[in-house]
Amino acid sequence: MSVEATKAVSEIKSEFAPLIVAFCCNWCSYAGADLAGTSRLNYTANVRIIRVPCSCRVNPYFVLRAFQRGADGVVIAGCHPGDCHYSTGNYFTRRRFSVFTNLLEYLGIEKDRFKVDWISAAEGNKFASVMNELLEKVHQLGPNRKLRDSRWKR
Amino acid sequence: MHKIGVFVCWCGTNIAGTVNIDEVVKAAAEIPGVVAAQNYQYMCSEVGQKLVKSTIKEQSLDRVVIASCSPRMHEATFRKTAQAAGLNPFLVEIANIREQCSWVHKNKEEGTKKAIALVRAAVAKAAGNTELIPGEIGVEHRALVIGGGIAGIQTALDIADAGYEVDIIEKTPSIGGKMSQIDKTFPTLDCSACILTPKMVDASTHPNITLYTYSEVEKVSGYVGNFEVTMNQKARSVNMEKCSGCGICSSKCPSRTTKSEFDEGLRNRGAIYTPFPQAVPNVPVIDREHCLKFQSGKCGVCEKICPAGAIDYTQEDTKITKKYGAIVVATGYDIISLDKFGEYQYGSHPDVITSLEFERLTNAAGPTGGKFVRPSDHKKPKKVVFVQCVGSRDKSERGKSYCSKICCMYTAKHAMLLGDKYPDIESYVFYIDVRTPGKNFDEFYRRAVEEYGVHYIKGMVGKIFPEGDKLLVHGVDALTGETIKIDADLVVLAAATQAKPDAEALGRKLGISTDMNNFFTEAHPKLRPVETHSAGIYLAGACQGPKDIPETVAQASAAAAKAIVLLSKDKLVNNPCVSEVNENLCSGCLECTHICPYDAISAKELEMNDHGKITKRTVAHVNEALCQGCGGCTVTCRPGALDLKGFTNRQILAEVDAICQ
Repeated sequence: MSVEATKAVSEIKSEFAPLIVAFCCNWCSYAGADLAGTSRLNYTANVRIIRVPCSCRVNPYFVLRAFQRGADGVVIAGCHPGDCHYSTGNYFTRRRFSVFTNLLEYLGIEKDRFKVDWISAAEGNKFASVMNELLEKVHQLGPNRKLRDSRWKR
Repeated sequence: MHKIGVFVCWCGTNIAGTVNIDEVVKAAAEIPGVVAAQNYQYMCSEVGQKLVKSTIKEQSLDRVVIASCSPRMHEATFRKTAQAAGLNPFLVEIANIREQCSWVHKNKEEGTKKAIALVRAAVAKAAGNTELIPGEIGVEHRALVIGGGIAGIQTALDIADAGYEVDIIEKTPSIGGKMSQIDKTFPTLDCSACILTPKMVDASTHPNITLYTYSEVEKVSGYVGNFEVTMNQKARSVNMEKCSGCGICSSKCPSRTTKSEFDEGLRNRGAIYTPFPQAVPNVPVIDREHCLKFQSGKCGVCEKICPAGAIDYTQEDTKITKKYGAIVVATGYDIISLDKFGEYQYGSHPDVITSLEFERLTNAAGPTGGKFVRPSDHKKPKKVVFVQCVGSRDKSERGKSYCSKICCMYTAKHAMLLGDKYPDIESYVFYIDVRTPGKNFDEFYRRAVEEYGVHYIKGMVGKIFPEGDKLLVHGVDALTGETIKIDADLVVLAAATQAKPDAEALGRKLGISTDMNNFFTEAHPKLRPVETHSAGIYLAGACQGPKDIPETVAQASAAAAKAIVLLSKDKLVNNPCVSEVNENLCSGCLECTHICPYDAISAKELEMNDHGKITKRTVAHVNEALCQGCGGCTVTCRPGALDLKGFTNRQILAEVDAICQ
């Protein structure tokens, strides 16, 4: 690669502000995000949270839609297995999305863009680190172009 | 088109410091559907709420978006505000621009951009909101208190005095908890038993209180106002009705090898035993693991000598299921195991004891009858060293990172009690810091230093060596840097407090969360300190974190008050954000019924008139009183007939779209 080309790539990278959509369950992960806030933990501003009652409320369609609309990464966060406010909701999440990840790969979406994780209400630190780690991965992968609807302007 | 009002809160500088409020307001005003965009310093204040109310009325708003702190903090506040202005409370949405934005992003430009995106998403969701009307559910007018220590007893007494039935479930054979093991209490030096045992008797004789001792919670189902709890009452092997509590059985039991839990292992008990003479109920239990009759079939002494014929070896565990409106968790604490603190010789030298063992050693009803002697040779010690923060404020893996809160005070108490009884005993206290933040606490500590001459040494103990019949304590005085060696006769370790080992499992049964130290988490550390995130479940005492007795009792009464408020209602309003079935789309596969943890979905027969021919069709039906609104069923539904009110597919997709803009 020529020097100019390398420079051009690095410029694109620095302009690249990834967008991460996080679906957080109301009882654990959303509270974890709140704790990250009250503890003033700095994490990437590229994360936008959508509150859902339980991680099992997240329809795989919502994830696809986020990718279509230009999200570069998607996280679903719920209570730790066994701690679900609704007893068993997150077990369904775990199952559905382990299958769904295969579909994503089949569609050509790198599976590193997508993550299901468990963040309790006491884990403000974990919330920040999960988001930062995903951002790091998305940065390496570059913008999501595969599913993105080109008519959608961001 | 909707008429949406957006209200942006500064939260003083909490939001305004890192978010350009004017820009957010300007951007909000440009979103289609938004007819009013306002800002105010404190939107949750009376003035702020008035602004919301008057704008709703003046501009006839039909949707409201508040850009402020977390909805977990003030969603209810603003819903009430909207309701007061004549709007359905469920037409309000919150954009969380404080916890999710201003507090975590320092860059003002980034923060403002994100705040606008969050507002846009909230507006998009609000546009899809519909008026929701909560249903009503009945309330079972009975409370369950889990744990029979001072917290549980106080809670139960308060609820019972208010006229409601209360059950106390206690794992051990008697109520009383840790407080019953304590000799004197700080800072008043009251005799612990003198203030606790009358309360224990009150609890056992109160017409509204039922005690389930030697019992554990097995299963909890249901929801606020309507919990169904199954408990397992372990076989006592003694008929509680026949037993008169004479105590002959325990005095004649030939098995004497079991360490008494109540006396912290400083004396042995029989296999049939009451934990302590003032136990409530005063009925012994047979510890089947150590009973000769149960282990080898030989013996049966207790049955032969019991004058009341109360011994019943055939008794079995019984399961009891009851309904409760409210549950108070008061399971208390433990002290940590000191296995990992080899340098202090605990466990390998009998004269290194924990503070709880010290309590038993100075207690008149304890193993030595209150005579303070060394466990090894029963001689009176002359020099006693107290080591504080053993495992507390310890960030290494063997200890606990938090302050156990009560140790500074009880160590001062111990040293003072020794000074009172035996003025010739010299006491040394090794401490990191002395923490005395309570009423009359610092005065108490200063008395220990000034009046009783207790030697306080700032510094930690590095190692303790047994030497002859002494214990050589090596420490450092952190203020002078000097190494200190004390030849002590007895060492008392103030071991850290910790959550009960089964707290997490109980939390799981109840659906309440524990923090990183396994203490139960309150709904809000400042504003809802006795509630949990599960409605109808409250916390009292040290199961929430280290607490002393006055704090525990205060919280117990607070939990009782909360429970009484709940029990005093005949009806509760339901969460209206529940699933609903579109019967036209439902194919009747009933996959959703398998996923519902509350059995809220069942089959329903629909009669259809198909060109004059009546046919029947099965569809799913949601019982709104049972549905808790998790939304798991909506994803399972193949034809997409199920949707969750308040979090509909359309609303969430609209949020996704708006957030990605």
